[in-house]
Amino acid sequence: MTIENRPANIIVNCNAPFLEIVIEGDWLLDVEIPNLELVLAKLSDGSEFKQVVFSTVSLGRWDSLLMTELIRLIAYSAEKGISVDIKTLPAGIQGLLSLVAAVPERAGDRRQTLHVSWLEIIGNCGLHLLNDVNALIMFVGNLTLSVTAFFRGKAHFRWIDLWRNIQDCGPSALPIITLISLLVGLILAFVGSVQLSLFGAQLYIADLVGLGMSREMGGLMTAVIMSGRTAAAYAAQLGTMQVNNEIDALEAMGFDPMEFLVLPRVLALIFVMPLLCLYADLMGVIGGALVTVNFFEVSLFEYLSRTVNAIHVTDLSVGIFKCAVFGILIALSGCMRGMQCGRSASEVGDATTSAVVTGIVFIVIADSLMTIICNRLGI
Amino acid sequence: MSSPYLSVKDMTMAYGDFIIQRDLNFTINRGDIFVIMGGSGCGKSTLLMHLIGLHRPLVGDVFYGKESLWQADYKTRKSLLRRTGVLFQSGALLSSMTLAENVALPLTEHTRLTAQHIRRLVSYKLALVGLAGFEDYYPAELSGGMQKRAGLARAMALDPEILFFDEPSAGLDPVSAKLLDDLIRSLRDHLGATIVIVTHELASIFAIGTYSVFLDMETKTMIASGPPKQLLAESNDPKVLRFLTRGASENSSISAIKNQRA
Repeated sequence: MTIENRPANIIVNCNAPFLEIVIEGDWLLDVEIPNLELVLAKLSDGSEFKQVVFSTVSLGRWDSLLMTELIRLIAYSAEKGISVDIKTLPAGIQGLLSLVAAVPERAGDRRQTLHVSWLEIIGNCGLHLLNDVNALIMFVGNLTLSVTAFFRGKAHFRWIDLWRNIQDCGPSALPIITLISLLVGLILAFVGSVQLSLFGAQLYIADLVGLGMSREMGGLMTAVIMSGRTAAAYAAQLGTMQVNNEIDALEAMGFDPMEFLVLPRVLALIFVMPLLCLYADLMGVIGGALVTVNFFEVSLFEYLSRTVNAIHVTDLSVGIFKCAVFGILIALSGCMRGMQCGRSASEVGDATTSAVVTGIVFIVIADSLMTIICNRLGI
Repeated sequence: MSSPYLSVKDMTMAYGDFIIQRDLNFTINRGDIFVIMGGSGCGKSTLLMHLIGLHRPLVGDVFYGKESLWQADYKTRKSLLRRTGVLFQSGALLSSMTLAENVALPLTEHTRLTAQHIRRLVSYKLALVGLAGFEDYYPAELSGGMQKRAGLARAMALDPEILFFDEPSAGLDPVSAKLLDDLIRSLRDHLGATIVIVTHELASIFAIGTYSVFLDMETKTMIASGPPKQLLAESNDPKVLRFLTRGASENSSISAIKNQRA
C-alpha cells in the first residue's frame, strides 16, 4: 500500500529577469526536504531578477510542508521587491495560498512578549496580595450578611443542600479521621514514653496524650484533613459551576450565590467540625491506650481513670472552640477560591490548589494566635 | 474520485446494554462531504465517536479503505487514526496552552520536524483558518467561532486525509456558520480531504453536503441515505421530510387537509 517516496528537490534556473524555481519530488511532513536558504540567497544577492516563476511538472505528492516553504519564499520575495507569478503553481496550491491571504493579519493582533523585570514581578506579587486581602474582606462581609439573613430566617437556600453537605463533610470523613487520630495518639504516647519512663512515670503518658489531643492535636489534625478533603471539594465544585455558568444562572434566577451555595457549606462545616474534633480526641486517647497498655505495664483501667482526671472541661472546650474556628476558615478558603475561579479547566485546578494552601495557612496562623491568647489568659 | 474511503458494516452501537443505533451500513467516498444527520439524541455524535476509534461498536466494524479499525491491534489502529483529524463541538482546545501550542501538540508528538518548521507550520495552519497573528492567545481569550476555527487548525495539523466535524456550526451566528461552511468546502477542494460532518443545521446540510445518512431515534437505525437535496426531492419518509423541511411538511399536509374539508 505504501508508495515509495521520491526525494524532494528544488532547483533554481537563473534566466534574468526571471528566476525559475523547479520543485520536484514528494514534499511530505515525514521526509527530508532540501534547504531553502540557497534559493533565498539567490533572491537576495541578485537584483537582476524581477519575477519568480515556478515549474512543478515533476512535483509529486505534497502537503503543508511545501506550503510553509512556499509562503516563506513568497514573503521573502515580496520583501525584496520581486514579484512572484503564483499562476505557475498547481491550482490546489493557488487555492490554499488565496485562503491563507484571505484574512490578513491585523496590526495589533499579535502579542508582544515583553521582558518583565524582577522589580515588576515583586510589584505584581504585592498587588496580587493586596487584591487577595481585599477579596477576602469582601467575601467575609458578604458571608456575614448572609449569615445575618439566615438568623433572621430570610436566607434562600435549600435545606436538603445543607443536609447533603453535612453528610459529605461529616460521616464520610470518619474513616480517614479515625486512622489519622489513632496514629497521632499512638505517636504522642511513644514520644512521651521516651522521657517519662526515665522516671518510671509511664502512667503520665495518659495525661500527655489526653491533654495533647484534646487541646491541640485533635483539632489541628481534623482541620488539616478537612482542608485537604472538604476545602478542595468546595473549590472544585464551585469552580466547575463557575466554568459552566451555573452561578450566573443562579444569579439570573434571583438567587444570591452567597446564600444559596456558600452558606450551606459554611454552616455544615461549622456544625460538623466540633463533633469531628471530639471524635478525633477519643480516637487519639484510644491510640495512646493501645501503646501504654501493651508496652508500659499500665492497666487499661489506670490509663482511663488517669485520662479522665487529666482532661478538664476547659481543655475539651478550648479544643472544640478552636476546631469550630478552623471550620469557618476551611469553608471560607474553599468557597472563596471556588467563587473566584476563572472560566477554564486549568483555573479549577488552580482554585483547588490555592484553597488547600490558603486553608492550611489560615489554620496554622489561627492556631498559633489562639494558643498564645489561651496561654496569656491562663486558660 | 469516488473511491470508497471509509465504510461502516452492520454496526450496532450501545452504551452498556442500551442500544443507540443498529444495523448501520454506509460508505464514505474520497472527496465526499458526508453528512450524518438526525434529531437531537439519536446517536449522531456517538456514531462519530465510533468512527474515530473512541468507542468500540457492540457488533460490526469500521473500515478505513480495506483495513478494519476494530479488528486491528492497538498499534495499527493508532496508525489508521493518525490519518484523521477531529473538530469537537466546542473546539476542545486545551485551555492551559496557547493556540500555537495547541496546534503544535500533534506535530511535536508525531513528526520529527524542527522547532522552526513547526512554528512555520503552525502559523500557516492558523492563517488558513483566518487566525493569522493569534498564535500567543489563550483559548479563553477568543470568541466561540474563533475557538472553533482554532480547533480546526489543530485538527488539520497533521494533514489528515479525513476530517470529522461534530456540530461545526452549533453556537455560531448565521454569518460565521456560513463562513465556516465555505472554509470546510474550500479545504476539501484544495486539500483533497474527505469530510464527515455531524449536524442538524439544515442550511449547511444543503449548502455543502454531497451525501448523507439520516439516523432515526425511534426505529434506532438509519432510514435514509443519499445526497441531501435528492432526499428532499424524492424521499417519501415522513420523518425525513419533516426533518429536512423543519416540520413544514407536516403543517402543509394539515393545511392541505383543511383545504380539502373547506
